[in-house]
Amino acid sequence: MKLTLKIWRQKTHKDKGAFVSYTVDHVDPEMSMLECLDVLNETLTERGEEPVAFEHDCREGICGSCGFMINGVAHGPERATTVCQLTMRHFNDGQELVLEPWRAKAFPAIKDLVVDRRSFDRIIESGGYISVSTGQAPDGNTILVGKETADQAMDAAACIGCGACVAACPNAAAALFTGAKIAHLSILPQGKPERDRRALHMVAQMNAELFGNCTNIGECTGVCPKEIPLEVIATMNRDYLRASWKKREDLEATIPPATEWSANRT
Amino acid sequence: MSATAALPRQNRAVTFWQSTNGKKVVMAVTGAMMFLFVIGHLLGNLQVFEGPEKINAYAHFLHTIGEVLWLVRITLIVAIVLHITATVQLALRSKQARPVGYSRKEAINSSYASRTMYWSGPIVLAFIIFHLLQFTAGYIHPEAQFIEGDVYHNLVSGFQVWWVSAWYIFAITLLGFHLRHGLWSMFQSVGLAHPRHTLALKNAAFLIATLIVLGYISIPISILLGIVK
Repeated sequence: MKLTLKIWRQKTHKDKGAFVSYTVDHVDPEMSMLECLDVLNETLTERGEEPVAFEHDCREGICGSCGFMINGVAHGPERATTVCQLTMRHFNDGQELVLEPWRAKAFPAIKDLVVDRRSFDRIIESGGYISVSTGQAPDGNTILVGKETADQAMDAAACIGCGACVAACPNAAAALFTGAKIAHLSILPQGKPERDRRALHMVAQMNAELFGNCTNIGECTGVCPKEIPLEVIATMNRDYLRASWKKREDLEATIPPATEWSANRT
Repeated sequence: MSATAALPRQNRAVTFWQSTNGKKVVMAVTGAMMFLFVIGHLLGNLQVFEGPEKINAYAHFLHTIGEVLWLVRITLIVAIVLHITATVQLALRSKQARPVGYSRKEAINSSYASRTMYWSGPIVLAFIIFHLLQFTAGYIHPEAQFIEGDVYHNLVSGFQVWWVSAWYIFAITLLGFHLRHGLWSMFQSVGLAHPRHTLALKNAAFLIATLIVLGYISIPISILLGIVK
C-alpha cells in the first residue's frame, strides 16, 4: 500500500518548524507505524536528507518512549495501542497521515517528533516512590495485600509515562499521569506511610511544571495505551485534599528544571 | 519549636487555592451550592401552575424573611464570584500550557457538554443578569408592565413575548448542558470516584439535568400555549 505522511519537521527547539509531506510506496500492512518511519528514513538517508527523528525503545508497547499524534489522535486511531504496536493495516491505501509531536509547554520540542518529557521525571522524583531500607530482601508475604487491592494498584501502575494523556488533553494537564503515579502507591500498604507527603509534593511539582488543569472531560483515558481509568485522578484529588487538611509543615519544595531544553521552554 | 509544629510561613488555604486541584475543589463546592439554588428556585417557580394566589403568597413569604433571603443571596453571590474567578484563572493557565496548538485534533472520548463548559457558563451568566433585571428588579420588562409584588402577572406578561421565552429556553438548555457535565465532575474534583458509582453518577447527572430543563421550560411553553394566562 501507498501512504502520504505529512510530518512535522523541526531542526531544534529554537527552529520554527513546518509540515513536510512524504510519499511512502510499498508499505507492508503488517508493518508497525515506527517500521513505516524506518522505511521512510532509509529512503531519506539514501537521498542524503535528514531522517525523521522519533523516540523509540522496546517496540513492544511497554517502555513509553514512543508516541506522537496521528491525524489528531495521540498514538493513532486504535485504542490501547502505542504507535510501535500500531500496524499499518488499520489505514487505507492512499491515505494521508498527519504526524505531529505532543504539544505542551511542559513538553518542550527537541527535534521533529521528539519532545522533552523530563517534567514527568521530576514529578516522579518529587514523591513517586516509597522509602525502604536497603539490605536483605524482605520475606515474601510479610505484608499481605488483597487480590482486589493488588489489581487496582496494578491497573494504575500500568502507566508507562508516554505523555499521550497530556497530548490529548485540551488543557495539556498531567492529571492522569500524576494520578496514576500517586494512586498505584497510595492504595498499597507499603505506600501508606508517605501518602500525604507524596500527594502534596507530586501535586506541587505537577503544578510547577506549567501543565494545565483537569476539567474531567476524559480525553486522556481515551488515548491512554494502558487504559488508565479516570478514577486515579479522583484518588489524587482525595489524597491531596486529605493531606492539605492535615498539613502541619511546609512540605512543598519543587524541583526546578535543570536541563538545557527545559530551561529554554518555548 | 518541635519539627511537627505548624509553621506560620505559608497559609495552607492560600497554598490550596494556588494549586489547580484546590481551585477545582472550590469550583465543585460552589457549583453544588448553585445547583441547590437551581432546585429550590425550580420548586418555587412551579407554583405558577397552582394559580396567582399561591405563587404571589410564596413571593411575599420570601420577602418577609428578609435577613435569611439576603444571607442566601450573599452566599450565592460569593459562590458565583469564586466559581468564575477559579474558572478564569484555570482557563488562562490552560491556554498558556499549550502555546503551540495542533494542526489537527480530534475529540474521541469526551461529551459535547464537557467540551463546551466555557461557552455554556458565560451565556448562562448573561442570562441570569438579564433574568434578574427582568423579574427581580423590573428594569427590563419588554412589551409589558412590571408590577412590584405581582409575580404571577410579571411572569405571564413577560413570557408572552416570544423572544423572551425563546432566550429563556435557550439559556436553560445550556444550563442543562453545564449541569450534565458539572454534576458528575464535582464528585471527581473532590476525589469521590468508584467504578461502581461512576456510571450511575453520570446517568444521574444526565437525568437530573434533563428534568431541570424540562421543569423550567414548561413554564414559558405553557404561557406561550395559553395554558397559563
